[in-house]
Amino acid sequence: MSKYRLDYLDELEAEAIYILREVAGQFEKPALLFSGGKDSITLVHLALKAFRPGKFPFPLVHIDTGHNFEETITYRDEMIARIGEKLIIGHVQDTIDEGKVIEQTGKNASRNPLQTITLLDTIAKNKFDACIGGARRDEEKARAKERIFSVRDEFGQWDPKRQRPELWDIYNGKIHKGENVRVFPISNWTELDVWNYIRRENIPLPTIYFAHQRDCITRNGQLMAASPFLNMDDEDVITRKNVRFRTVGDMTCTAAVESYAFEIDDIIDEIASSKISERGARMDDKVSEAAMEDRKKGGYF
Amino acid sequence: MDILKFITAGSVDDGKSTLIGRLLYDSEAILADQLEALHASNRKNDDGSIDLAILTDGLKAEREQGITIDVAYKYFETDKRKFIIADAPGHIQYTRNMVTGASNAALAIILIDARKGVVEQTTRHSFLVSLLQIPQVVVAINKMDMVDYSEDVYKQIVADYKKLAAKVNLDNVTYIPVSALKGDNIVYPSSKMTWYLGDSLLQHLENVEITIDDSSAHARLPVQWVVRPQTDALHDYRGYAGRVSSGSFKVNDKVTVLPSGFSSTISKIEVYDKQPAEALAGMSVTVHLQDNIDISRGDIIVNSAGQPQLSNVIEADLCWMDTRPLDTSLTYLVQHNTKTIRCKIQEIIYKVNINTLEKDFDEEFKLNDIGRIVIKTAEPLAFDPYQVNKANGGAIIIDSRTNVTVGALMLRQSVE
Repeated sequence: MSKYRLDYLDELEAEAIYILREVAGQFEKPALLFSGGKDSITLVHLALKAFRPGKFPFPLVHIDTGHNFEETITYRDEMIARIGEKLIIGHVQDTIDEGKVIEQTGKNASRNPLQTITLLDTIAKNKFDACIGGARRDEEKARAKERIFSVRDEFGQWDPKRQRPELWDIYNGKIHKGENVRVFPISNWTELDVWNYIRRENIPLPTIYFAHQRDCITRNGQLMAASPFLNMDDEDVITRKNVRFRTVGDMTCTAAVESYAFEIDDIIDEIASSKISERGARMDDKVSEAAMEDRKKGGYF
Repeated sequence: MDILKFITAGSVDDGKSTLIGRLLYDSEAILADQLEALHASNRKNDDGSIDLAILTDGLKAEREQGITIDVAYKYFETDKRKFIIADAPGHIQYTRNMVTGASNAALAIILIDARKGVVEQTTRHSFLVSLLQIPQVVVAINKMDMVDYSEDVYKQIVADYKKLAAKVNLDNVTYIPVSALKGDNIVYPSSKMTWYLGDSLLQHLENVEITIDDSSAHARLPVQWVVRPQTDALHDYRGYAGRVSSGSFKVNDKVTVLPSGFSSTISKIEVYDKQPAEALAGMSVTVHLQDNIDISRGDIIVNSAGQPQLSNVIEADLCWMDTRPLDTSLTYLVQHNTKTIRCKIQEIIYKVNINTLEKDFDEEFKLNDIGRIVIKTAEPLAFDPYQVNKANGGAIIIDSRTNVTVGALMLRQSVE
C-alpha cells in the first residue's frame, strides 16, 4: 500500500477511456454524439487515447440543426479530415421536410427542441445500440442522478425511477432489441476539469470559445448572437460586443458572455472566478425548474 | 491534486441534506445562479435562514416527496483536494441505493442525531459500510446545537459507537461533533465546542490519506478490448487494452492470462503516445506480451507470482436489488470485470437482519436483502476475495429476462 499517486486529470482520463472501451466491448453498433462543443471534442480526444493506433469502433454522429455557428462546422470538418474517422450527419431540416416536426414560430423560435426527434430518427435508421455523449453530472441536477450507462426505451425515454443500480466500475450494457444506451464517459468531470484537460492536452477548439467581436442583441436578459436564424424585430437593438460562448449549441439558444478571455489561460481564470454556472447561459434550461429532467425523459441527450 | 469520493449515510431526519448543503455553501462551491434559485425558494428554516437541504434536491418526484430516492453526485473542490459526494438515501427501502453509492466510495460519513444516539439505522449503515469495505469512516454526530453542545453527550455516543464498530469490524473511524444547521465543525471549527480539539469535517476530508494497492502480487488487468489495426505498417501490432484494477505491472514482469493459464512476459506498456515503465492501479493502458497467445475480452492478465482464485463454485455475500425475489431455479448472468457468463445461485446459506445483525434463515431473498450464498458459474471466474482486493472481488447479477442489474456480489472464496 502506498499513497495515492494518480493526479485527478489522470484519474478522470483513465476512467473515461475505460468507459469508452466498455462501449466498444459491449455493443454491436455504438456511435459517438458529436456536437462541436468542448465536451464532445474532449470525448474524441479520449477516444484517440482509447483506440489508437486502431480505428474508432464507432462513427461520430452530428445532429445538425442547420442553425449552427459557422465556426463549429469548419472545426468539425477539419477535425474529421485530421483524424480520418467516419461522420454521420442527421439534419433537423430533413425531419422538418418529412413533416415529423413543425418549425417553431415567434420571436423565441428555436430548432433546439426539434433535434431530439432527429436524434431518435438517426439512432433508429442506423440501428445504434449505444450513443456516447459528453454530458456531465455537475451541469444540472437531473444529470447528477443519471447513470454512466443510461438505458433508453424505444422512444428514447429516460425513466429516472427505473435506473439500474451501477456498482463499482461494472457497467451493465445488456438491452432488449429496440432499446439503446446513452453512455456518459465524462460524467464525473466538472466544467473546469474539462478546460484544464484541454489546456494540458493542447486540444484545439472552435474559435467561438475565445473572446471575439460580434454583433449581439439582448433577449430575456441574455446576450444572443445576431444571426439570420434569430427572429428579430424593431425592438432588438444590435450592438457590437466583445464576447465568447461557454457552450456551443444552436445559435438561437446559446447565449454569449461578455469576455476578454482571448487565451485558454484567461478562460480558466474566468471560469474559476465565475459566479454563473455553465448551463445558466442556456435559454433552454430556463424554461422551468425541471426543464432538463423533462427533456431527458423525452429522449434529449 | 487527487480526488476523494465519499458517501453520506443518514436520513433527512438526521440532517444529511443540510450537512451536504452546508459543506457546499461554506466551501463556496455554489454558483450565483444556483444561489439565486436557493434564495428564491420558499422553503426556509424556522429561524428564516435558507434551507440548505434544497441544494441536494434532485428529481421532481423527490422534491414532491421531500426525500432522496436515488444516488445523486455532487462535485466541489478546495485548494487541497477535489471531492465527489455520492448522496445516497438512508431509509431501509433504499438499501440498494446506498450499496450502489458505497461501492465506489473511499470514505463514508455516518450521521448520528445527537439527541437520539446510536440507533437501528446506525447499525444498518455501519454494517453496509463494512460489507462494502469502505476504507475510511467518519462518524458525524450532528445536531449538537440541540443538546447544548454537550461534551458528555458526544462522549457517550462515541463510546456506544465503538461497541458497534467492533461488532461490524470497522476500524479507521474518526468522530466529529457537528451542527450542520448552524455550521459548527463542518467547514469552520466551532466556537461552541472548544472541548473538541480535532479537525472540522472539511479539514478531515482534505487531509485524510487515501492509499492505493500497488503491490505486484495484486496486479490485475481485465482485458476490455484488443487493439489490432491490421494495417500494412502495423501488421503485427496486438495490444491488450484495459484498466489496471489493482496492483502494478512493469515491463518484463512475468504474467499469466486467466482463465486459460498461459504465461508470457510484458514487453511494452502504452498510454497512447507514451510508454510508461509502470502501469499502476487505476491507469488505462495497452500492454503487449512477448508471446503470441490467444487473449480476448473477458480474460484477465495477472502477475504470475500472485494469482487470484480460479473457481466456478464460489461463496459470496449478496445484496438483492430487484423487486422480484431471487429464484434459485433460474439461470442469471454474472458480470465480473469484463466477463459476463451464466450462473445460478446454488444455495442460500443465511440472510442477515441488517438492523440487528442477527442471522435469518428465512428462505426468500427479497429486495434489499443481504446474506451469504453460493454461486455456480458456467465458467470459472478469476477472482480475489472482496475483503482482500475489492477491485477484483465485486460482481453483479443480471436478470436475463429483464436485463436489469438485480444483485451485488462480494465474492469470498472458492468452494470445492
